[in-house]
Amino acid sequence: MAPKTVIEKIWEQHVVHREEGKPDLLYIDLHLVHEVTSPQAFEGLRMNNRQVRRPDLTYATMDHNVPTVNRHIINDPVSKKQMTTLEQNCKEFGIELADINHPDQGIVHVIGPELGLTQPGKTIVCGDSHTSTHGAFGALSFGIGTSEVEHVLATQTLWQSRPKTLQVKVTGKLGFGVTAKDLILAVIAKYGVNAGTGYIIEYTGEAIRELSMEERMTVCNMSIEAGARAGLISPDEKTVEYLRGRRYAPQGEEFEKAAQHWLALATDEGAEYDLTLEIAGEEIEPQVTWGTNPSMGSGISASVPDPEQFERQADRESVARALDYMELAAGTQLEEIPVDYVFIGSCTNSRISDLRAAAEVAKGRKVQEGVTAIVVPGSQTVKQAAEAEGLDQIFIDAGFEWRESGCSMCLAMNDDIVPSGKRCASTSNRNFEGRQGNGSKTHLVSPPMAAAAAVTGKFTDVRKLAKVHQ
Amino acid sequence: MEAINKFNGIVCPLNRVNVDTDQIIPKQFLKRIERQGFGQFLFHHWRFDDDGNKREDFIMNQMQYEQAEILVAGENFGCGSSREHAPWALLDYGFRVIIAPSFADIFYNNCVKNGILAIRLTEAEVSEIMEKAKEPGYRLFINLKDQDITDRKGFAADFDIDPYWKQMLLNGWDEIAVTLNLEDEISSYEKKAESIS
Repeated sequence: MAPKTVIEKIWEQHVVHREEGKPDLLYIDLHLVHEVTSPQAFEGLRMNNRQVRRPDLTYATMDHNVPTVNRHIINDPVSKKQMTTLEQNCKEFGIELADINHPDQGIVHVIGPELGLTQPGKTIVCGDSHTSTHGAFGALSFGIGTSEVEHVLATQTLWQSRPKTLQVKVTGKLGFGVTAKDLILAVIAKYGVNAGTGYIIEYTGEAIRELSMEERMTVCNMSIEAGARAGLISPDEKTVEYLRGRRYAPQGEEFEKAAQHWLALATDEGAEYDLTLEIAGEEIEPQVTWGTNPSMGSGISASVPDPEQFERQADRESVARALDYMELAAGTQLEEIPVDYVFIGSCTNSRISDLRAAAEVAKGRKVQEGVTAIVVPGSQTVKQAAEAEGLDQIFIDAGFEWRESGCSMCLAMNDDIVPSGKRCASTSNRNFEGRQGNGSKTHLVSPPMAAAAAVTGKFTDVRKLAKVHQ
Repeated sequence: MEAINKFNGIVCPLNRVNVDTDQIIPKQFLKRIERQGFGQFLFHHWRFDDDGNKREDFIMNQMQYEQAEILVAGENFGCGSSREHAPWALLDYGFRVIIAPSFADIFYNNCVKNGILAIRLTEAEVSEIMEKAKEPGYRLFINLKDQDITDRKGFAADFDIDPYWKQMLLNGWDEIAVTLNLEDEISSYEKKAESIS
């Protein structure tokens, strides 16, 4: 048999119906649901007198709208309506829900893996583009729109055209102070925001294999920022060990059987991709974005580029527009840019290892005067784990605010908003205009780089900060 | 959704690349639980200043484009968030056709599901349309069945579309009803999958 990629193996296992001239009808193993992109889908079911086909393969939580302080006071009546609507829909259609008071509540892409719902070989969808996160486990997972949410609710399937495969190979090792976030930002800076359009990515190479499961989630999370709906990593022993004992994972003997099946999904030696892009781990520095899409970024030692240095007219125009919006002059050293806000959180970087890495930098230091810095754990489980280790106290002592779990300032649908004109060092995934609040200026960074910006008041190469404790 | 085949309309040129769905419909407007009524918020921060006044320099606010039904934009249109509120806002505002050199994958699917025809043309063809659309009242004529686009001044281009999506758009099918016809196959897949695991 011809060698296959993990992508092809999962795809072939899920074809329900194949017909010449049509996309494949794929079976969906897990459907994650949140409050923002689901109400119209449930309404559609009701209007057509349809049922949820497999409530047992559907799991819901609230994350986009939830407050991260004063949990029980939701000031915005429209936000509240969206949350109560999800509650009613889950009750009506028999779907398990981790609501705002539930101990499992959290960002949908943090709790899926945490609960062991996310497993290798599954097809996973959610009405959220960062569903690519679950690809870290060797699952075929991608974001869908609300019409597709309705389609999956009603049929547990989706029509999908077979995409092309893209290998992103990261050779060698990452240097000291360089994180998974820097790796993926560097890939996007090098190849652009539509390098992956029409493809599913598989990340390969030594630097990828070396990453922990949480780091792999950070990489796969931002596949969509490179234009790819899905990004996967072949399952290996780390994947298996992460899932062992998780609540929704198989248990006992069943687990060992499942583990053999998962490991067999890894891409075969000699399998071919439609396209391969490479980057050397050693060439990656801690990254900072300076523009208004995730490809507009550089290593921390660089300066803001001159729009004129770009080859294409369209790029010159969009870079000039971005610098105008960001109020940055070409030639400014990235290390000279001051920050007003620091946000540590989001489905990209809010897991326990992210918080540990940021706390390591914050420990024994103080947030600069005039800087507002908040830490928002990805889930209630992450929050409790962090508190058990005393990370909350490290952050609080340093002058950070310690919050409840949710999407928070990544997209500012709740009250966590960066005011107009203010500049934020953010561990989230998008630096689009107005993303964190109308007129806000977002710079994407890793958790240690965000903490370094908080304690120095400007972007700082975290590698220069000596350890102050020990 | 509403079927679409022959369509003609005034063209609005939005000469920007990588237009993301956060710009098309900012997040503060995602809290509604209906599908309708998003058009008023389309490109909100580009159309209006902080006080809610129209930004006169934004192309869609210019009088000659007020009746536009065809939007032409730069590459990678609709990137970012999967929010279907973006095509809902475009449709509700009055755009039935969007033309660009490329679209983000999720956005493209979301358009099809809502009866919006998203058409990929070459960069050169898009540039030519952008230039021509500066003239007031410039219209394009689209024929989905024949997969071609023309104007009254000699412009003509063909476009590609997946044959299945084309049938969906031409017929205005309810996709869920189509899939539910395959109930037997879905059930037998489920039985088979259960016996393996």
